[in-house]
Amino acid sequence: MNLLNKFSNPELCKKLLTLLKNELIRPFRFMEVCGTHTVAIFRSGLRSLFPENLIHVSGPGCPVCVTHEREVAAFLELAQKDVVLATFGDLMRVPGPNKQTLKDLQAQGANIKIVYSPFDALQLALDTPDRDVIFIGIGFETTAPTVAATLNVARQQNIKNFFVFCLHKLVPPALKALLSGGVKIDGFLLPGHVSAIIGRGPYEFLSKDYNLPATIGGFEPVDILQAIYELVKMFNLNQPAVVNCYSRVVKDEGNQKALLMLKRVFEPCSALWRGLGEIPDSGLQIRSEFEAFDARKSFNLEDLPQVPPLKGCKCGDVLKGLLRPDECPLFNKQCTPESPVGPCMVSTEGSCAAYYKYLV
Amino acid sequence: MGKLLLDYGSGGKASYRLIKDIFLKYLGNIYLNKLDDAVCLEQIKSPVVMSTDSYTVDPIIFPGGDIGSLAVHGTVNDVAMLGARPKYLSCGFILEEGLDLALLEQIVCSMAKAAARAKVLVVTGDTKVVPKGAVDKIFINTTGLGELMLQAPLSGASAKPGDVIILSGTIGDHGLTILSRQKGISFDTKIKSDSAPLNVLIEKLLNQVPEVHVLRDPTRGGLATTLNEIARQSQVCCLIEEKLLPIKEEVRGGCAFLGLDPLYLANEGKFVLILPEQYERQALDILKQDELGKDACVIGKIQSAPIGKVVLQTTLGGQRLLDMLEGEQLPRIC
Ligand code: SF4
Repeated sequence: MNLLNKFSNPELCKKLLTLLKNELIRPFRFMEVCGTHTVAIFRSGLRSLFPENLIHVSGPGCPVCVTHEREVAAFLELAQKDVVLATFGDLMRVPGPNKQTLKDLQAQGANIKIVYSPFDALQLALDTPDRDVIFIGIGFETTAPTVAATLNVARQQNIKNFFVFCLHKLVPPALKALLSGGVKIDGFLLPGHVSAIIGRGPYEFLSKDYNLPATIGGFEPVDILQAIYELVKMFNLNQPAVVNCYSRVVKDEGNQKALLMLKRVFEPCSALWRGLGEIPDSGLQIRSEFEAFDARKSFNLEDLPQVPPLKGCKCGDVLKGLLRPDECPLFNKQCTPESPVGPCMVSTEGSCAAYYKYLV
Repeated sequence: MGKLLLDYGSGGKASYRLIKDIFLKYLGNIYLNKLDDAVCLEQIKSPVVMSTDSYTVDPIIFPGGDIGSLAVHGTVNDVAMLGARPKYLSCGFILEEGLDLALLEQIVCSMAKAAARAKVLVVTGDTKVVPKGAVDKIFINTTGLGELMLQAPLSGASAKPGDVIILSGTIGDHGLTILSRQKGISFDTKIKSDSAPLNVLIEKLLNQVPEVHVLRDPTRGGLATTLNEIARQSQVCCLIEEKLLPIKEEVRGGCAFLGLDPLYLANEGKFVLILPEQYERQALDILKQDELGKDACVIGKIQSAPIGKVVLQTTLGGQRLLDMLEGEQLPRIC
């Protein structure tokens, strides 16, 4: 049996589900904060197998979804300048004010290139020395280190036409903001990939300050069930802690090399989150040593454009776990993956898209 | 043998040489050899079933086939899916200036072999040569004509609750072969395209099984897309069991490696067969006797609700929707 099979073994899952069912003596509401978990829970069919009193809520774990409407307006504005805009494909269909998307702008002639890594964007800059190439840096602690490494190379090689529009965000401060806002959650399934970078420490406040259990979980069905089972056990015993259930990938101290790289290039700053608003120290900004590569400074974006939130879209409440996607009045009516109103329906990791695509 | 020049497509002497030395040499028959502007098919019985498709696959030669054999199989299979016996093909080539003539000959030769295996004749054709860069080496269009073998043509709208869904073999082989080549990865396993003509097997099936409701080949968009089309057209639900899906171990591994889902990958030598449960055994027996259907199996059944949806019973025993392929168009795979 290969490693993958072991963690998606149906018999093992069945056993874990029975254990979980027996442990669930009262309703338990858990939130996952990672788009990959959202998709894994639906795709594997786990969601339909969850016991009735296990309530699954998706939080602000999809990087595309949490990108604020003012940030979206800003990169749409950037695309209309005389530059090459390099981006991950996911952002292409996110609607801005007036429902405009990067895809629309591309059709109108804007120079937008889809890349798979920030290094591809840097290569683009090297290949077209007479054009300014701006990479849109979105994502959590998982993607930010690669962007940091790219900026580091750009500085070493003294490249003049490469910039990053940094919109990176940090998970733990968002969880804190969510809880201070009074969201009702009994425990957190923490993101495996983000945790592989930051480790276990940054989440400790969840149990210390909020008395909540939290587990770091992997993405195979067995991983997910195990992590949830641990949550419920801690909840029942009223012994909340932050437990790493994904130790084959996540070290308690995280990835020191990646963290160093992050620290070298970025520093924490206050950031805007869709639905959650401004959260102190929840974003990353480019340090002054690297400011030559900072698109905010070079392209006059220190103040993001003021735009109204998307009309009728409840993504904010969905991201906070206050509203189930199918409770949004636009869900599956005006808003479908083919013509999405909000980013939660655009992104493959968005919870509205997951509900639409997978829920029977 | 040299390179293809622009004047080979001018209609003059050079074109004539090209037609004679390559096209007629391999594809020639009493119809094509006449070299008239059009062909008269006196023998054909009505009703006539017709289908056309253009082939732009990149790379043009791949493990398990090439653009020539694919252009024959693809169109022949489309005609067969309606319950027809394909008989004739037309064939239009758009060739890039500078193309290696030896390569062209190889492709045409492969077309001829594919046509012979599928028992169809190429009866009319056309060649255009365009300047370098206007196409990528070779694009081929084929149109197929066939005779209907049934009272009425089959359609995707005839699936009925209670029917069983049979798949004629493994999925994902063609799509993975092409996509992995495009990404510059060659697996050192035996992954190859399943490109094949299905019409002979289908004729056998339709001759012996008294009632068939739907036949479809899950090409672009893969099995998931085909089943969604059927569910919508027939206003039924296709319930599929993940653990019954025939997928080669190496295809499964390759897909995991490249982040692809075999359910959405193109197939070029497989079909979905939907028919009343009482004929399941008989159909499987016929399929399994044939090389092209040896891995055939039941993968699910038709139920009445939820209407227009495909529901996947996962290996864990849970259920979820299996949606249509959506988003970015994949690179040229057919
Ligand atoms: S269904 Fe559409 S409009 Fe409603 S919250 Fe989700 S993305 Fe926004």
